[in-house]
Amino acid sequence: MLKKNKLALSGLIILATLFILAVFAPVIAPYNPNEIIEDHIAAPSLAHIFGTDDLGRDIFSRLIFGGRVSLSVAVIAVAVSLTIGILLGCISGYYGGILDEVIMRFTDIMLSFPTIFLILAIQSVLTPNIFNVMVVIGATSWMGIARLVRGEFLALKEREFVEAARAIGCSDLRVIFRHILPNSLPPVIVAGTLGMAGAILTESALSFLGLGVQPPMPSWGNMLMDSQSYLLDAPWMAVIPGLIIVLAVLSLYFVGEALRKELNPKE
Amino acid sequence: MRKFILRRFIQLIPLLIGISLITFFVMHMAPGDPTALFADPSIKPEELARIRVNWGLDKPVIVQYFIWLKNAAKLDFGYSYISGKPVVEEIFERLPATVLLMSISFFLILLISIPVGVISAVKKGSVFDNLFTVVSFIFMSIPSFWLALIFMLVFSLKLGWFPPFGNIVLPCAVMVISGLAGITRYQRASMLEVLNQEYIKVARAKGLPEYLVIYKHALRNSLIPIVTMLGLSLPDLFGGAFIIETIFAWPGMGRLGVSAVFSRNYPVIMGITVFTAVLIVFGNLLADIGYAIVDPRIRYAEKK
Repeated sequence: MLKKNKLALSGLIILATLFILAVFAPVIAPYNPNEIIEDHIAAPSLAHIFGTDDLGRDIFSRLIFGGRVSLSVAVIAVAVSLTIGILLGCISGYYGGILDEVIMRFTDIMLSFPTIFLILAIQSVLTPNIFNVMVVIGATSWMGIARLVRGEFLALKEREFVEAARAIGCSDLRVIFRHILPNSLPPVIVAGTLGMAGAILTESALSFLGLGVQPPMPSWGNMLMDSQSYLLDAPWMAVIPGLIIVLAVLSLYFVGEALRKELNPKE
Repeated sequence: MRKFILRRFIQLIPLLIGISLITFFVMHMAPGDPTALFADPSIKPEELARIRVNWGLDKPVIVQYFIWLKNAAKLDFGYSYISGKPVVEEIFERLPATVLLMSISFFLILLISIPVGVISAVKKGSVFDNLFTVVSFIFMSIPSFWLALIFMLVFSLKLGWFPPFGNIVLPCAVMVISGLAGITRYQRASMLEVLNQEYIKVARAKGLPEYLVIYKHALRNSLIPIVTMLGLSLPDLFGGAFIIETIFAWPGMGRLGVSAVFSRNYPVIMGITVFTAVLIVFGNLLADIGYAIVDPRIRYAEKK
């Protein structure tokens, strides 16, 4: 798959690099991300390759530590959204009837809110912190997954191997989780990859507005928070974290797209 | 057709109730109650208690919900904590600016995405198509708020072409770029699907010139699913407007909503949440009806 697709390969390499930087942040980052080591807003130089921010912190080091935060938020948010989406999708698709009706109407309702404002409204009630951000992003982004899993279940539950499993006396739970779910996973994996891209974008928007990850803990989004006030004096404060977000999201899209083509050879 | 529309309207009811329930209970988790507005210590406790009774805050949550729902149905969302004006008045004051921004963006998105989607489907695998694929992924990866910052830096602060605040060109440009990729990719997929249909093969087999096959037979049919897609893209368009209006100080509903979130102005937050959700629901309803008008198969399929 990767030999054919240079974009997906470069995406994987970039993602791997970002994850390695995040995991080994304390070893790799040249400075303490919260330490004030320089006069504020110093332009990129040999000592600070991406410059320093308005408080005089090294932007390169903050990006590396920010990657830890932004990537973990994305991974956990997607885990939450997959858990909710898969559970609801399984129940809806397998049992049908009134349960299906209720779950699908609930999905429609959740899809009627502009997600970002629903999240903002929820965050206005909660105290914004990293844990809430993960859960709230996950809890507002499971709808596509639920519909997808339900669709797969509707198609798969009529197949012979499911009938066979029932005939030999498997319980509903076993049929759902051992027989049907594994067969419906390929499109879910693709949706999860794209969902992670979406979660990175949502986290960055929330943190940019000050309702996501709270400073001084750096995240790619909240590093952009103060940049609007220094656009002319310190454009690197806005440009560099944004480019990292674009790079991470783009890589996920390339990988997701390649996976989709690989798992769905019809196209 | 009338039956179809009626049934769609009936299906709206549980949706609207669900939207109001979720909004009400999310906001009910907020610490404190609306009387916190009177932080003035000179107000006597018995006075506060009287206000609580007047506002129905002494009643069980469920009863409060129904009172709120009854008022909301009459477009009465209470009063803004900040300005003291009715919420609905504040929303309607800001609505025209948002509608202007969204409709111009919507129009430009269609103007660009339909031809680009069609060309890249017709010339599938060409340099143009491959270039478009990469560019659309890049557009989808750019956070719209960051693009807004960069546009402001380049076009307002460096080049001085547009004022950074209150001008429509830059917010519109950001909305178009963030909304473009999704619809263009959808148009491309829809066109590709149509081009594989039997009737296209028939049109070709009977010797029609290729441009007639594409413009008379394929293009029209490929536009039908786009109607639905437009309805479905409304939440994202609204969502984008919230942040973009805030950055460019565009005096619309989105900016009102974000500033309400910061000041914990709950009546305004609730009003805007319900209001946009209802607009989205009706937008989808219109898209559904539009789809049924242009594609009679939908109406007949529903009857079975």
